[in-house]
Amino acid sequence: MHSLSGVMSISEKAVVDAEQLAIAEINAAGGVNGKKMVPIVEDGASDPATFAEKAKKLVQSDKVPVVFGCWTSSSRKAVRPVFKGSASLLFYPVQYEGLEMDSNIYYIGATTNQQIVPSVEYLMGQGKKNFFLLGSDYVFPRTANGIIKAQVGAAGGKILGEEYVPLSGGSNDFSTVISKIKSSGTDIVYNTLNGDSNVAFFKQLRDAGLTADKLTTCSVSIAEEEARAIGGDILKDHLVAWNYYQTTKLPANDKFVAAYKAKFGANRVTGDPIEAAYTGVYLWSMAANKAKSTDVAEVRKALSGLTFEAPEGTVTVSPKNNHISKTFRMGKIRTDGLIDEIYATPKPVEPDPFLETYPWAKEFAKQKPAS
Amino acid sequence: MEQTIGTQRGLAPTPASRLIGLAQGLLPVVVLAVVLGVIAPMVLSDFRLSLLGKFMCFAMIAIGLDLIWGYTGMLSLGHGVWFGLGGYALAMHMKIVAAQELGDPIPDFMTWSGIHALPFFWKPFVSLPVSLAAVVLVPGILAFCFGLLVFRSRVKGAYFSIITQALALSLSIMIVGKQEWTGGTNGLTSYTSLFGMNLMSPATQHTLYYATVIALLVIYLAAKWIVSSPFGRVMIAIRDDEDRVRFTGYNVGVVKAIVFAISAMFAGVAGALFATQVGIISPADIAIVPSIEFVLLVAVGGRGTLLGPIIGALLVGGARSALSENFPASWQFFYGALFVGAVLLFPAGLVGVVQQQWKRWRGKSSKIATPASMAVSTEEV
Repeated sequence: MHSLSGVMSISEKAVVDAEQLAIAEINAAGGVNGKKMVPIVEDGASDPATFAEKAKKLVQSDKVPVVFGCWTSSSRKAVRPVFKGSASLLFYPVQYEGLEMDSNIYYIGATTNQQIVPSVEYLMGQGKKNFFLLGSDYVFPRTANGIIKAQVGAAGGKILGEEYVPLSGGSNDFSTVISKIKSSGTDIVYNTLNGDSNVAFFKQLRDAGLTADKLTTCSVSIAEEEARAIGGDILKDHLVAWNYYQTTKLPANDKFVAAYKAKFGANRVTGDPIEAAYTGVYLWSMAANKAKSTDVAEVRKALSGLTFEAPEGTVTVSPKNNHISKTFRMGKIRTDGLIDEIYATPKPVEPDPFLETYPWAKEFAKQKPAS
Repeated sequence: MEQTIGTQRGLAPTPASRLIGLAQGLLPVVVLAVVLGVIAPMVLSDFRLSLLGKFMCFAMIAIGLDLIWGYTGMLSLGHGVWFGLGGYALAMHMKIVAAQELGDPIPDFMTWSGIHALPFFWKPFVSLPVSLAAVVLVPGILAFCFGLLVFRSRVKGAYFSIITQALALSLSIMIVGKQEWTGGTNGLTSYTSLFGMNLMSPATQHTLYYATVIALLVIYLAAKWIVSSPFGRVMIAIRDDEDRVRFTGYNVGVVKAIVFAISAMFAGVAGALFATQVGIISPADIAIVPSIEFVLLVAVGGRGTLLGPIIGALLVGGARSALSENFPASWQFFYGALFVGAVLLFPAGLVGVVQQQWKRWRGKSSKIATPASMAVSTEEV
């Protein structure tokens, strides 16, 4: 259940492909409990109300045991009530703003302490203290920036500016933002822009003479697909923060990239959400096999603590919070639009969606629901 | 069917003819009540029934749009605004209730956005009666004021459409921008209960479905009554020649503003029922694209016929779901083709075509054009 039409379809179509690939591989290897997985594809049309309708159809009418779906936070929030207490699970493949935990939703993308927090730690370790925050105007950038402000403040850094541009359409003029960036004297722009805005921003940044050697930027929503669309020549040497790159050197990834390209074309690239979607399907099928059932309660029991050698490395489903442990990786964009890893955490980072283990994040930890 | 009451051309209908008109109007009501209220719940699954409930919400907006477009000649491309205001009014109440059940003073998204007390304009929505009143009154009053301003300046035709579109765009941008007050792009979702009933339970959803059927029938009857009243004659007269009506001494601006406000109130009710059944209201439901889709429902069904918008909404909604389920990757091509085809082949809309054929079949020389066919020839588009 992803957007096959509308503004998000560019990103989400590739995620559907990854899920189809995983399903085909699992079926070829014997399926789940001796049965084949049969996907029902639904189009959320980049519209939260449509996502809610399609989720209801899948859960209540088709009675599927599991849904792999959504990308934007708004689509996830729209379907949450449908899955709550239902006989179906949702696997959500995209990094998100954290502060959420539903028993029927599994979060396969990174939560903030697996992407935002370690990237800020890394940047501050490199001597970057003066942050400029730039983002699209919606819940993920605003929440992420709230966390960054608390974290940077606690570590003795400064926030020199915070700018938001509208998410949908029209926000193509960054001249004001870029002059603010220039005059602020910042040494790191932390970029949570989403979608087309990135094309305009990086093009105008380069035209203003601010190439990566003069100004460091760190983006959290530019993966291989987006980097190619914007152009490697424009993005060359800019930094990104993810948990997986197509270039990640692991046997499981070599196999995944080769299978993906073989199935969908040699010119296609993988990326973090694509990999997470693929991993999610595997995690569910392993749990269903282990439980010898597709019943939600049984599968949930089997998922707890389950480990999988994913293309991104070893991941483990946390028994505590339905998220998975993920290795954090800092990346640098190449001219060909692929991304080289320049730093990785030595071990997978345990998920902490409410940032309870960080002393500076007390405000966020308070938002954990009591139950 | 309603054009028969127009046979006394140029004269206000007598009370007797209005009674006949109302009686004729009752036949579709009975058919709709039986089909939607009795047959549909028996044959449809809970999921399909909730979809039908959603389409009926769109039918209510479509009836309202038909009043201003089909009967009064003003094309609003921004009815998502009134739909949204009604939807948000009730959603705000449900959001507060959901927070209270968790023991939180404020809705979850406000906590994320760093707000710690309920903003002043949320406070009235703690009360259910106030919220229910707001569903109708906020769109009605705002639309009346907006209408007065616009129509007094004699803004009409394409300029009126553009202004309404700008209104829809600005409201959705404002909601997205003021995330800490409105929930931003996520909209308002995750409601738990209304009237103390659990919204997720099938029983509540059935109750809401019947409430929607009743609301639709009431709105249909109200619209029927309006267009067959002397006021309705003035509306049609404004559509056909606004200046003449003005020279006869009518305050055209006020009449138009009243029709616009009624239409907005219908949309507000639709929005509230939509939010409860779909479980979410977000800026995506109220911006320009849905606003244009509402108009298409009227165009497909037949403007100037009150049954047309209902049939258009149910057919288009059904087609959208059926197409997107069967062709998830390419359904929008079919969906678009459906609109283009319907408007090209049946410019008077489905019901309009049926009416024309019916009259031809009865061999009536239709000197009195139906509102639908007249609307096609008028200049307002």
